[in-house]
Amino acid sequence: MAHEHKLEIFKGLVKFKSNTQKIWGVLIFLSLVTTVEVALGIIKPRALTHSYFIGMKLLNWIFIILTLVKAYYIAWDFMHLRDEKTALRRTIVWVPIFLICYLIFILLFEADYIYNVYKDGFITWSF
Amino acid sequence: MDATVNTGTEDSVWGGGNRPLGASYGKMMMWFFIMSDALTFSGFLVAYGFSRFKFIELWPIADEVFTHFPFMHGVDAPMYYVAFMTFVLIMSSVTMVLAVDAGHKMKQKSVILYMFLTIIGGAIFVGSQAWEWATFIKGDHGAVETNSGRILQFVNAETGKRASLAEFAKTLPEERVKHEASEGIWFKSEGYKTSFSLNEVVEGFKATPNILIRTEQLNEEGEKTVLDRKASLAKILEANQVVEGANLIHNEYGHRLFADFFFFITGFHGFHVFSGVVINVIIFFNVIIGTYERRGHYEMVEKVGLYWHFVDLVWVFVFTFFYLV
Repeated sequence: MAHEHKLEIFKGLVKFKSNTQKIWGVLIFLSLVTTVEVALGIIKPRALTHSYFIGMKLLNWIFIILTLVKAYYIAWDFMHLRDEKTALRRTIVWVPIFLICYLIFILLFEADYIYNVYKDGFITWSF
Repeated sequence: MDATVNTGTEDSVWGGGNRPLGASYGKMMMWFFIMSDALTFSGFLVAYGFSRFKFIELWPIADEVFTHFPFMHGVDAPMYYVAFMTFVLIMSSVTMVLAVDAGHKMKQKSVILYMFLTIIGGAIFVGSQAWEWATFIKGDHGAVETNSGRILQFVNAETGKRASLAEFAKTLPEERVKHEASEGIWFKSEGYKTSFSLNEVVEGFKATPNILIRTEQLNEEGEKTVLDRKASLAKILEANQVVEGANLIHNEYGHRLFADFFFFITGFHGFHVFSGVVINVIIFFNVIIGTYERRGHYEMVEKVGLYWHFVDLVWVFVFTFFYLV
C-alpha cells in the first residue's frame, strides 16, 4: 500500500523525516529548476545559443533535460510512483517513453525532409 | 467435459477483490487513462514539432509573442506571467499531495483545507490561461499579410523597436465598412474590421521614412530579418491585407500554424485543468459530507490527485515547448 513512503530523493543523498517534509522538499527543488529555466530563457546566454549539439542549440537541450528532470520528480514523488511496485512503475513509464521516442524520431525526420524540399526551391511558397 | 475447479478465490478475483501489482482497480484504471492521455498530448506536441521543423526558419519567437503581464501595460515582460502560471500549478499540485497525505492519516479537516487550496490554484491557472488567450487574440502591434500568407511586421529604424500600425498609418478620407456575407459573394465575409485599411497602412508606410519591414525569416543570429528601406518599399507591395491579433486563419505574430497549435494544445490542456477543477470540486464536497470517512479510506482523493498531477506534468512540457525552446 502507499501508506509506506520511500523518503529518499537524489539516490539517497537527501532523506526526509516525513512524507510532508519530502513534498515541500520536492516543491523547493521544482521551483528552483523552473527559476533556472526562466532565467536562462530571459538572459539567453550567447555561449548556449550559438553552440549546437546534434543540430539543436545547447540552450534548448538544457531546457528539455530540465523538463524531463521536473517530469521525473512530479511522477515519482507527487504521483508516488516511487512507492509503487517496480513492475507497475516500469509498465507505466517505459511503454509511453518507447512509443513517444519513436513518434518524435519519425515525425521530426519527415519534417526536416519537407523543410529541405521547400528550401531547395522545388516549390515556391513565398511570392 | 466440464471440470469444476473451485479454488475459493473466484469471488475476490471477479469481484474486484484482487490487486494486481499492488494497485487497486480504480487506481490501475486511472493509470491506464493517464497513459493514453499522455500519448494523446505527445501526439499533439510532436505534431507541433513537425510543423516547427518544417518551417524552422520562419517560426515566431515566443519571447516576442508573449510579452505582457496583467496591470503592467506597455512593459516588456516576456515569460514572467507563464512562469507565474507554472508556479501556481506546481503549488496546487503540492496542496493536492498534501491532501492525499492527510487522507492516508484520515484527517478529514486537513483534506478539506488542502482540496480547497488545490481548487483555488486550479481556478487561478484557468483564469490566467483565459487572460493569455485574450491578449494573444487581441494582438499587439499589428502587421500585414502578403499574397502567400507571410507576415510582414514593422520596426522603427531609430529605436530598433517594433512599430505599431497606429504610429505611422495615415487616416485617409475613405469609407471603410466591414464586409458582410450578405453583401457580395456568399462565402466571403470578414471576421473583424481592422483599425486601418491596407491602403492607409501602405500610404502611411511610404510617407514615414524611419519605418522598416521585418520579415518572418530568422537570420544566423536567431533574430527576425529587418529589411533596409529600399527593400522594405519593394516588399510592402506584396501586402494584401492588414492583420491585427491572431485567430485560426491569420496571425500577426508570424506563421499561422503557431497560433493554431497554441489554441489547440493550450486549449486542450486548459480543458483538462477545467475538468480537473470540476472533479476536484465533486470530491471536495464528498469529503465535506464524510463519504470517505464512512468508507474508511480516502483512495478517491488519491485517484483525482493522480489526474491533477498529470495535468501539471503536461503543463511542464507545454511550457517548455511553447515558451522556452
